[in-house]
Amino acid sequence: MIESFEALLLARIQFAFTVSFHFLFPAFSIGLASYLAVLEGLWLRTGRGVYADVYRYWLKIFAVVFAMGVVSGIVMSYQFGTNWSVFSDKTGPVIGPLMAYEVLTAFFLEAGFLGVMLFGMRKVGRGLHFMATCAVAVGTFISAFWILSANSWMHTPTGFEMGANGQFLPGPSWAAIIFNPSFPYRLVHTVIAAYLTTAFVVGAVGAWHLLCDRGNAGARVMFSMAMWMAALVAPIQIFAGDEHGLNTLEHQPAKVMAMEGHYDSHPDGAPLILFGIPNSREKRIDYAVEIPKASSLILKHDPNAPLAGLDTIPDDREPPVGIIFWSFRVMVGLGFAMLGIGLWSLIARAKGRLFDWPWLHRAAVLMGPSGFVAVLAGWITTEVGRQPFTVYGLLRTAESASPLDAPAVAVSLIAFVIVYFTVFGAGVWYIVHLMHKPPHVGETGLDGAPIRSSGVTPAPAMLKGEGQ
Amino acid sequence: MIDASMFSDLAMIWAVIIAFAIAAYVVMDGFDLGIGILFPRFRVGAERDTAMNSIAPVWDGNETWLVLGGGGLLAAFPLAYAIILPALYAPLIAMLLGLVLRGVAFEFRWRDPAHRPTWDVAFFTGSLVATLAQGIALGALLQGITVEGRAYAGGWWEWLSPFSLLTGVALVAGYALLGSCWLIWKTEGRLQDQGYGFARWLAVLLILAIAAVSLATPYLEGQYYARWFRWPGLLVTVPMPMATTLLALFFFRSLRARREAAPFFLALGLFGLSLLGLGISIWPDVIPGRVSIWQAAAPDRSLSFMLVGAGVMIPVILTYTAWAYWVFRGKTGADGYH
Ligand code: HDD
Ligand code: HEM
Ligand code: HEM
Repeated sequence: MIESFEALLLARIQFAFTVSFHFLFPAFSIGLASYLAVLEGLWLRTGRGVYADVYRYWLKIFAVVFAMGVVSGIVMSYQFGTNWSVFSDKTGPVIGPLMAYEVLTAFFLEAGFLGVMLFGMRKVGRGLHFMATCAVAVGTFISAFWILSANSWMHTPTGFEMGANGQFLPGPSWAAIIFNPSFPYRLVHTVIAAYLTTAFVVGAVGAWHLLCDRGNAGARVMFSMAMWMAALVAPIQIFAGDEHGLNTLEHQPAKVMAMEGHYDSHPDGAPLILFGIPNSREKRIDYAVEIPKASSLILKHDPNAPLAGLDTIPDDREPPVGIIFWSFRVMVGLGFAMLGIGLWSLIARAKGRLFDWPWLHRAAVLMGPSGFVAVLAGWITTEVGRQPFTVYGLLRTAESASPLDAPAVAVSLIAFVIVYFTVFGAGVWYIVHLMHKPPHVGETGLDGAPIRSSGVTPAPAMLKGEGQ
Repeated sequence: MIDASMFSDLAMIWAVIIAFAIAAYVVMDGFDLGIGILFPRFRVGAERDTAMNSIAPVWDGNETWLVLGGGGLLAAFPLAYAIILPALYAPLIAMLLGLVLRGVAFEFRWRDPAHRPTWDVAFFTGSLVATLAQGIALGALLQGITVEGRAYAGGWWEWLSPFSLLTGVALVAGYALLGSCWLIWKTEGRLQDQGYGFARWLAVLLILAIAAVSLATPYLEGQYYARWFRWPGLLVTVPMPMATTLLALFFFRSLRARREAAPFFLALGLFGLSLLGLGISIWPDVIPGRVSIWQAAAPDRSLSFMLVGAGVMIPVILTYTAWAYWVFRGKTGADGYH
């Protein structure tokens, strides 16, 4: 177990930093892979060139995002051992197999077919190529399935037995472990989050190019498809989030108390605190703006239902309130903003102004990064809300860490920060650069060109495009 | 579900699967890291593009074997994972950062022609650091790890020793050799000539390194001396150097005859023998002299559950990996496959 407080804190910062960076890429690539599969399917069905153009446009971006997802993910699979070795020893028999299944059923599938997907039709023909695109999309989903199962088990551990050596051991049923109580909610909520994230990026790019040229056919396709997603999926996400919260109330009540800012119990109806400043020393919310009884109404469907507060939780089992209180509000606020854009687009559609309502387009551009922010805010709520445990209620974070010296963790943390910001900063810059170019007819993509990350790069075509 | 009693020893089966994953990783990622190590020696322009193109379609899949090795270790031998990773903290972090740098370079050098030289340097440095770190990690594991109870108990510099540096350099030479043989196979013209040139030197270097490591290993602390120099160990001790010498001779002959595919596979043979020797040294431990595979193994319920997946998926994976290599068969050019 870890001797020094500094080493533990540094290890936590390092894990939070690397996993947050990593997740930004899957949040985009899960959605984008499916979007590409849909575009290619539409193209094969309708034969309309514009779908092929939009496909190739986003394929180039996908290649960059995917490369960054892969390399940051490999780091994650080793971070468990380097930074959380005690955790790995104890939970390995239970969550290890879930992650092994992820490698066997998802990572190889993605990596194996990515080459063919990026490489294009010239080698394998249209049908096979579409199959490769679908394989990659399915792979990203399978990957989310397993890793979220593992993560959910840490939040709501079930189906295990305690070994004499302190290890968590699998019980007779693997289904009880895989389908632990929070998993279905987390899977649905996270996968939808990835779709929304992608929809808002695609929508922003479409809107941006519509602002410059409202006749651009590719931009129209992007914007229209993205706005359908926003209008249809944002409400589902809000509903899914609500259900998720109710499930959390059942299994991790302290987390919900922190999200709601309920330091005190409310025997006859708890207020919904919209805003305020959590004051953990005095254990109250300063300057609270609240709706009386609304929290009981949401969480218990009864305005007068009693709701327990953090005063019922021992101090050493409480999560930090401030971070969770805010991150939760950021996520929910963005969820409603997304819904707002979705509704606005429906009105625009009804009025026949979807492609010439500059204020709508400006708002969509502004909302482009909203998915990333909401996704990170959501994970922060989830993960900080389970503190001080790594396996909820059973294994403390402080007892999970590796026996490392603080300087070792500090040096590696600095190295990660420097490398990640430069490398992924450059990557994001390239992506923005690609997005800045309008989609056009005969978009170059795959043919007759050098190969990149796992397929063929349209380098000569690209170089021409970039005036080289 | 498969009944655990059907297998006499699941821990042993999983040790073999993980050894297979590591071997697959060395075989596949070895040559593409090797291309990275040799990269500065190629001419800027078409030569570099061709070298890059020859590995670009497959590197991601190759690297996934590393994830299977690491993830499989966590799942099948959690105790070993929990001890080895903190013990090798510095080299592993260096390896990960190296892999980040070289992984993105595949994509970024095409995206940003103005900074292509920078990403080429990143590709080279990342490949070199990752390889060196892997070799050092291997040496550090072989020379022994301080363990107390269920945890690593050494300091954060324990991995560093002349022996681990030697294995680090040996692996750099080895991967570079695989890289040059890959070039011989997949390219033509000047690049291929360069491949022949490099291969000769690197093979000499690698054989010297194998000899040095083989001679040093028995004198490391622990079981190795007894294992190699006493009956029945001598049964393998004697044939191993002979087999290595024989393979090396075939290898040099194939270079002289300017064979194209043979050098690559003969070089892989040299790697195979080294891995075999490694296995003989370590078996049946995961952490030499400290923790055996049976002490580190997860319970049978974990192992049998995963075995179902591995049994079905590994053949499937090998099939579509082979298909991907098949799609990209033939010589590579500067702008894709002809
Ligand atoms: C909900 C989805 C999700 C979440 C929570 C995570 N990942 Fe991830 N990961 C993916 C979804 C994903 C993906 C979509 O499958 C990626 C992104 C890009 C890619 O190549 O695959 C990926 C890539 C990826 C890779 C590279 C795979 C390859 O070589 O092709 C590894 C090793 C990991 N991840 C490991 C992790 C670990 C250890 C995580 C937890 C700490 C984690 N991921 C969180
Ligand atoms: C990908 C999206 C994710 C994000 C953004 C995220 C974020 C975070 C953050 C911010 C922490 C730090 C909390 C704190 O220390 O106060 C944390 C902790 C943790 N997370 Fe997640 N997480 C994600 C997914 C996962 C997954 C999928 C797993 C496991 C498979 C996981 C396992 C852990 C563990 C073991 C900790 C405890 C270590 C610690 O407290 O720092 N996380 N995560
Ligand atoms: C207003 C609507 C929303 C509500 C009520 C809501 C509710 C929740 C709750 C209660 C959690 C924590 C669950 C737990 O840890 O037990 C959560 C987590 C999360 N949220 Fe939301 N959410 C909403 C909108 C969004 C949006 C718009 C996104 C992203 C586009 C998002 C992404 C996430 C993610 C990635 C997590 C972490 C993974 C998980 O636990 O599912 N949420 N959300």
